[in-house]
Amino acid sequence: MNKISILSRSGLVALGALFVSPAYAEWTLNMNEGVTDLTSEVFGLHMLIFWICVVIGIGVFGAMLYSVIVHRKSRGFEASHFHESTVVEIAWTAVPFIILIVVAIPAAGTLLQIEDSSDPDMTIRVTGHQWLWEYDYVDQGVHFFSRLDRDSDKARQQNSGIDPNTVEHYLRNVDKAMVVPVDKKVRLLLSSGDVIHSWWVPDLGGKKDAIPGYINDMWFKANETGTYRGQCAELCGRGHAFMPIVVKVVSQDEYDQWVTDQGGDAGADSQLAQGQPSTDAANAQAQTEADSSPTAGNATEGRTEDGSEVEPDETSETLVGEGEENNQGGSPDDQRDTDAAQASSDRGSPKVEDESVESDAEDGSDSGDGADNAEQQGDSQNDSPAGGDQAADDSAGGEMSKDELMSQGEEVYGNLCAACHQPDGSGMPAAGFPAMKGSAVATGDVSTHISQILNGKGAMPPYKGTLDDKQIAAVVTYERNAFGNETGDVVQPSQVAEQR
Amino acid sequence: MSTVNPTHSHDHHGHDDHHHGPVTLADGVWPWMKRWIGTTNHKDLGTLYLIFSFVMLFIGGLMSLVIRAELFAPGIQFVDPGFYNEMITLHALVMIFGGVMPAFVGLANWMVPMMIGCSDLALPRVNNWGFWILPFAFTMLLGTLLLSGGGPASGWTMYPPLVMQTGNALPLMVFALHLAGISSITGAINIVVTILNMRAPDMPLLKMPLFVWTWLITAYLLIAVMPVLAGAVTMILTDHFFGTTFFDAAGGGDPVLFQHIFWFFGHPEVYIMILPAFGIVSTIIPTFARKALFGHDSMVYAVASIAFLSFIVWAHHMFTVGMPVSAELFFMFATMLIAVPTGVKVFNWVATMWRGSMTFETPMLFALGFVVLFTIGGFSGLMLALTPVDFQYHDSYFVVAHFHYVLVPGAIFSIIAAIYYWIPKWTGVMYNEKLGQFHFWWSAVWINVLFFPQHFLGLAGMPRRIPDYAVQFTDFNMISSVGALMFFLGQFVFIYNMIMCMRRSGKKATGRVWEGARGLEWTVASPAPYHTFETPPKIDPRELA
Repeated sequence: MNKISILSRSGLVALGALFVSPAYAEWTLNMNEGVTDLTSEVFGLHMLIFWICVVIGIGVFGAMLYSVIVHRKSRGFEASHFHESTVVEIAWTAVPFIILIVVAIPAAGTLLQIEDSSDPDMTIRVTGHQWLWEYDYVDQGVHFFSRLDRDSDKARQQNSGIDPNTVEHYLRNVDKAMVVPVDKKVRLLLSSGDVIHSWWVPDLGGKKDAIPGYINDMWFKANETGTYRGQCAELCGRGHAFMPIVVKVVSQDEYDQWVTDQGGDAGADSQLAQGQPSTDAANAQAQTEADSSPTAGNATEGRTEDGSEVEPDETSETLVGEGEENNQGGSPDDQRDTDAAQASSDRGSPKVEDESVESDAEDGSDSGDGADNAEQQGDSQNDSPAGGDQAADDSAGGEMSKDELMSQGEEVYGNLCAACHQPDGSGMPAAGFPAMKGSAVATGDVSTHISQILNGKGAMPPYKGTLDDKQIAAVVTYERNAFGNETGDVVQPSQVAEQR
Repeated sequence: MSTVNPTHSHDHHGHDDHHHGPVTLADGVWPWMKRWIGTTNHKDLGTLYLIFSFVMLFIGGLMSLVIRAELFAPGIQFVDPGFYNEMITLHALVMIFGGVMPAFVGLANWMVPMMIGCSDLALPRVNNWGFWILPFAFTMLLGTLLLSGGGPASGWTMYPPLVMQTGNALPLMVFALHLAGISSITGAINIVVTILNMRAPDMPLLKMPLFVWTWLITAYLLIAVMPVLAGAVTMILTDHFFGTTFFDAAGGGDPVLFQHIFWFFGHPEVYIMILPAFGIVSTIIPTFARKALFGHDSMVYAVASIAFLSFIVWAHHMFTVGMPVSAELFFMFATMLIAVPTGVKVFNWVATMWRGSMTFETPMLFALGFVVLFTIGGFSGLMLALTPVDFQYHDSYFVVAHFHYVLVPGAIFSIIAAIYYWIPKWTGVMYNEKLGQFHFWWSAVWINVLFFPQHFLGLAGMPRRIPDYAVQFTDFNMISSVGALMFFLGQFVFIYNMIMCMRRSGKKATGRVWEGARGLEWTVASPAPYHTFETPPKIDPRELA
């Protein structure tokens, strides 16, 4: 295949040169060969069928061109009158048929390999949300959300004034990448919490849809370490272009270290390595989410998710209607909190944030039941950066300072509200999304404001299942004091709790 | 209008409006409007369909310019991503249901009765009704842009659950599609009934022109699949408003079910948009090669095979939804099989040209452009058929390039070729050949600048339906956008040329028009009288296929 691919590349370049001036020699014209055995095979098939098409094309277009040049009336060419030949018709039916068989056989072989996801070395549950990805290392107890990085996010706003060319990996960078070990068969279990998404990193293989109510699987085994980028490939709404995927393929040692840093259990991957059915995997995962306890001082970097549960009534969660608990996930969970605390201090993360709360308990529902789209969407987001700069004991909903509320509220607003109401609170009146700035709700009665966030209104989903009291208090406070809404109101979590 | 005919004075045109001649504008605006609203004449309705389709192609084209403007550079410059999604959705719906399909129905209206030697379609009032539904359907569809919440933004494929997030536009989109579907079905029934019952006595089925044959098969496809689309969108409607959960996993439904139903309609729909094009090209090439079509009967069989295969390949649009591997294998093999009859058609066209005596008037140029560029679209289609490779191509710009190659230089070029070919017959004057030649070369160059780089974008990993992209995709997107604008501008030359024909400004056309033309439509005067073949013609065997 190598010879073919070199040949083919130069062929494509030559073809492309018809349209491309030499100044742009670095333009990508062809598919990447990728970094797995199967992507190489797929690339080989791609080139095989490409060259078959080129050869047929040269034959057909060559005959046409010759005929157009020679058999023209202006040269005095007299028309012949032959037509109808069964022999010829049979020949040009049979020959393509044989060519197709020649292609179909290797294609079928490759397809069978791609679809064989048995005996994975590890399993990661991937859940699509509008508009970010959730990764859940079912055996290691690592769980986090991965969304468009801040720089791209700022630059992508309409009239942001930021040149995308100045942003590193514009639209192809995330706040927290998926990390996997090299030379290991990684199985992904794909599902969605809202609409259909599609997980696609070209260098690691084809795409597979993440569909609510379904668990699809796909797998890859990367041969080379490196960072590979892709993005959602199925139209999923306004933010479809803005949910990139970044996969870091690292050595086993680095991977183990990463898992430990995340508060996971690096040794756990063997437990599920024997190809357990995905429901078991999911169970294990549900357990990992289930029973952490509030942990004071637990801080993790960035938007990691592995931290504490705050409100006991929201912590337990079972998955897809499967009540029984599988004990495999238990042990990593016990370790998690301490590991996380340790991890953050080890790495001296520049930005220390407290956890956002109950959200990871929710994600259990994502794999199979497809319910609660809006909640899924909400939960995925709220857990990311939710908030303030104090790490300690604000968890139980005590009094919070206005600064805390404002900074946490800004985060929540940026993640959940800004998509429709816009970062500057101007809304999109044409699309039916009212402005925050000076709005009757955001400057009027506080309890109406809280109630609308709790219960939703019209196209706006209810957030009572996905945001906790503290987060709602924060975002209400923020909305009442930002965008020139100088109400001066400070809303405390207790007020929200009363209205629930 | 093209059927207004000052030269045919024996037809009592003018004030004698209860006889055969059509009412003209000279008779007053209101009688003239009443004529066009109430007309049951196949030629009038053919004209209306064509004008309607060109209005829609223009609107859809403007939407594509919005899309290409936003994609000219990375970053969001002009439109909100939500509005962008409305544009891609409406661009597709308008182009498919408002542009290409009515254009072919218009051509069938004009030509099928004249080609088979009958006076009109079998059901003229149904014909009128079928057309006048369309302006209402598309006013409703385009009107959604004015709603708060905007138009539909789920892509023309309307996949749930995303489509459930559509606002007030959802029921309007569904009803617009219902109406467009009713229009298509009535048109299709009319054409089938006409072809099967009203052929001139000396015209057996296998002696029919290929355009008539391809339309007969297309009409059957329409009757078979438009109800399927209607059912699918109705289920979306009841899911949204009446609490059913056909496609909602939370209620025991299945989002993938919709995709199966949609594409069971959608794939035959692809052939609905290309089979009449095959018929047009199979008519034009023999005329300008002055040589009979190489294998008329095998062309008919090839079209019929393609139509059959179109019903068993739908899932190749959804290889990535996670089907059983056995289903993936089946749909891969079935899809590859389509290459065989399609190949037969292309080989036949080349064999028809071979050792002919060719001239290259504008219709022939567009037909040859069709053969080359449609074949390129066919090649990428063959590549897409291979499931393991499709996992890479799927939902990337490679797919966008593929279906635009078969639809724009495919279907649309064939429509343009047909209009250049027959407009002398319709209006009685020749179009401006120089402008026609310019129109072809301009279009042929820019259409490739527009769509060829999209192959590269797809292979490099750019997904479709995104308003903003990573910077490595910038250069090809810029080229593509320039191509789009230039291609669009070139079409005004065409419109000017056609308007000049409709105003009877140009060289008088003879009845035969083209030296090598064969077929009943060329045995009547140019322009064709308002009523043709009121008594069945005696057919000279040389006019038969």
